[in-house]
Amino acid sequence: MAQIIVKNIRKEFGAFTAVQSSSFTIEDGEFFMLLGPSGCGKTTTLRMIAGLELPTSGEIFINGEEVSQKPASQRDIAFVFQMFALYPHMNVRKNISYPLVSQGMPRDQVRAKVAEVAQILGITDILDKPVGGLSGGDRQRVALGRAIVRDPACFLMDEPLGALDAEFRERMAEELRALHDRMGATTVYVTHDQLEAMQMGDKIVVMNHGVVEQFGRPQDIYDWPATTFVARFIGSPAMNLLSFDGMVGHGTSSVTLGEAAIDIPPMIGGADGRLTLGVRPEHVHLDDAAAFRARILAAEYLGTTQIVTLDSAHGQIKARIGSHVPVRIGDTTGLRFDARSISLFAASGHALISEANQKVLSHG
Amino acid sequence: MSSYSITEPSVRQKWIAGILVVGYAILTLIPLIWIIATGFKTPSDAIAYPPKVLFSPSLEGYVNLFTSRTRLAPEDLAALGEPTTWYDRIVRGYDMVITGPSRYGERFMNSVVIGFGSTFLSVFLGTIAAYAFSRFKVPLKDDLLFFILSTRMMPPIAVAIPIFLMYRELGLNDTQLGMILLYTAVNLSLSVWLLKGFIDEIPVEYEEAALIDGYTRFQAFYKVVLPQAATGIASTAIFCLIFAWNEYAFAALLTSGTAQTAPPFIPTIIGAGGKDWPAVAAGATLFLVPIMVFTILLRKHLLRGITFGAVRK
Repeated sequence: MAQIIVKNIRKEFGAFTAVQSSSFTIEDGEFFMLLGPSGCGKTTTLRMIAGLELPTSGEIFINGEEVSQKPASQRDIAFVFQMFALYPHMNVRKNISYPLVSQGMPRDQVRAKVAEVAQILGITDILDKPVGGLSGGDRQRVALGRAIVRDPACFLMDEPLGALDAEFRERMAEELRALHDRMGATTVYVTHDQLEAMQMGDKIVVMNHGVVEQFGRPQDIYDWPATTFVARFIGSPAMNLLSFDGMVGHGTSSVTLGEAAIDIPPMIGGADGRLTLGVRPEHVHLDDAAAFRARILAAEYLGTTQIVTLDSAHGQIKARIGSHVPVRIGDTTGLRFDARSISLFAASGHALISEANQKVLSHG
Repeated sequence: MSSYSITEPSVRQKWIAGILVVGYAILTLIPLIWIIATGFKTPSDAIAYPPKVLFSPSLEGYVNLFTSRTRLAPEDLAALGEPTTWYDRIVRGYDMVITGPSRYGERFMNSVVIGFGSTFLSVFLGTIAAYAFSRFKVPLKDDLLFFILSTRMMPPIAVAIPIFLMYRELGLNDTQLGMILLYTAVNLSLSVWLLKGFIDEIPVEYEEAALIDGYTRFQAFYKVVLPQAATGIASTAIFCLIFAWNEYAFAALLTSGTAQTAPPFIPTIIGAGGKDWPAVAAGATLFLVPIMVFTILLRKHLLRGITFGAVRK
């Protein structure tokens, strides 16, 4: 059980800066996702929390204690590796009991503890098997068993589902989340899969190029991305980003794209020049009467919904609409956007503060 | 593994492959069989022309190998009375008596001490060095590795004279310690490079997992890396031992009395008359035994070691 505070942490490998001055707080019991594309510094950040890498500068607090320069063995954490890293020369039982043996726990206590963990994970029947012949899912369970057996202050997981088959991932994701809810231990989880992050996380940190782009609840990040990177990275299909020239100031509640006036949430911040309007595909509606015109390029049928791709003067737009709406490729149609869910981004890529997103964005 | 065989070979192909393998095995075994057989011949059978394939076996070679003998005049022999043991009887046939054990046992033990001692040292130092090169940021790592490899670029015997002079000054001439150090130095580059390859292949996550599980760096090395490097260590040990065991040139140059190993000693068994080939063959045969036993003991590891990297784990 632990609160983890990461403060201005930075990591350089020679001339390459893997993580630049990142800060965030992981509350006790949270399922916390470190999300980002590969090479964004999320794994390095996790390894610094674990003590497998030492930060170039910055501080890490686990339960109020500064640990950034302490060896991994003194941090009371458990780490689940992407490739499982089960000790190949030991059987399942030995793998799980290994961390307890290092603590010098009496043998019968170790046995009882291992049996309990095996029960929780449903691997009692494979305890005496060598790890070599296990399936991916069982290996993952053993790796989890090795992590939970010693009741660590927190779990750190580096893409633990990355090496599993697609059908198995879903199941293990559910098991993992259920296990977390049952144990209530702080968990830090690295992934590049935004769906996984949204599905499992209580909170998400989105990283890119070693920088924390945004930090918050999945819903907030999805609705109110802080940068165009987050807007593009989260959501499938991604948020539509339409660039236009214009000016907004305090109280502005409408922008003009070409001929069309589009209502937006009342602005608090202001900017001018090259701006970007962001709108999620599900907030785009086909409406022949609307002034914003676009030509239909393609439609993907997805069961209850369809994704319609349109070409406008300001770039391609994807709309998620009900599959009952008839769509003819090649037609030109009008598009209406839900005013309350529109984001505006300045040329720097940062979101402009509006009445709608100020609650989410002002804390970070 | 199964993806390798695309079609099952036909019976005829299997036969051809079998014949080739057996044929090659016989070809390579002939010298070995000839040596072993010669050890059981009499001296005259050993040099008979045409060579004798079938012969009545004799233990003369082995008796001569392990004993020193002296020739006596017939009247002195008669004065000794009847020979009491089977080996006495063999020697009497040549008008000789046994005066004591030969030096073969000592030389053999020197070989054992020096061969296994230097193998242990090479593998021990090699493993530690290879681990450091594989896992840590060593300044000038590439240059150091190249430097270590470069000690192999000329035949070791090229530096025989400097080493001879050095050893004389240091008092290491004709000592077991001197030979152990020398063979270790020669083998170390091989063992560092071989073992580094093996340790590189062990994912670093295993150690990281152990570090997180509460073990120190050394415990992680000892309990997690070493068991997995066993294959590499075993095959490296065999290579090192084969070199140290068979080395002739340095041994002939640097040892003469107390620390002489078997390879320079065996040819001297042939004696002044130059006809005791069975004793030489017997010495060579026994000399093969330890390395064969060692290799057979480690063969499981060796096989996996040679194919290391070829098979995806």
